[in-house]
Amino acid sequence: MVPLHWYLWLSAVVFSVGMFGFLTRRNVIIMFLSIELMLNGVNIGLVALSHYMQDLRGQVLTLFVIAVAAAEAAIGLAIVIAMFRNRQTVHVDEIKEMKG
Amino acid sequence: MVELFFIYFAIMIVFCSVMVVIGKNPVHSVLWMLVMFFHVAGVYLMLNAEFLAATQIIVYAGAILVLFLFVIMLLNLRDEIVSEHSVDGWPAGLAIALGFLIVSVLSLVGFTVKATGPWSIEEVSRVTHTKALGGVLYTEYLLPFEVASLILLVAIVGAVVLAKKRLKS
Repeated sequence: MVPLHWYLWLSAVVFSVGMFGFLTRRNVIIMFLSIELMLNGVNIGLVALSHYMQDLRGQVLTLFVIAVAAAEAAIGLAIVIAMFRNRQTVHVDEIKEMKG
Repeated sequence: MVELFFIYFAIMIVFCSVMVVIGKNPVHSVLWMLVMFFHVAGVYLMLNAEFLAATQIIVYAGAILVLFLFVIMLLNLRDEIVSEHSVDGWPAGLAIALGFLIVSVLSLVGFTVKATGPWSIEEVSRVTHTKALGGVLYTEYLLPFEVASLILLVAIVGAVVLAKKRLKS
């Protein structure tokens, strides 16, 4: 029997790797992939807690996270396409029109 | 034995996540992500969540990653591979992520929960997992389920509106 905190450690590691990618990469597609990594890290934690608490609510929440991740990927990639069409770049540090 | 499986899945998941984040070519990152999603599905199977494992593969690997690959193909990012791939302040990002990792790992040492819910492994396997999950989803969580369908509708319409070309009038 694998102890619960191993799963939560795995979840924290995946979340941190996603956080690192989101904060350091300048390619907006890799940044979206990092968001997906963070969501997956959270999902692992939710399913593990749901299994160890013998309660299905965590798994229902995971389904909602997957649905929201799909919506977010669709919208985000549409924004990437619009951005690339107007500015010919996917680098976030070159998009600074809205800087006050 | 189960621990060995867990360690294999954990090592592969962490390795693939790191390769996603540090890879230069976005296509390679997406393919590492695919391997990582399959191993996450394996972890779900270890946790007796068969329906979620199937959903993970169908929705994430089958839909979201294909969307990413299509967008990368549309954008034609040839100069991307030779250019500098991190922002200037990347050590700060590394420090923040490492700090979060250390704090969360230390705070989770020996964390346990009591099994309070009614869905033990025997109960779930008697009802079958999909039916059990559907029962909870369509009764207790009916309103959030409808809201999720609305979010997906907004995403469809929004993606079309954002990605289509402006008509010159």
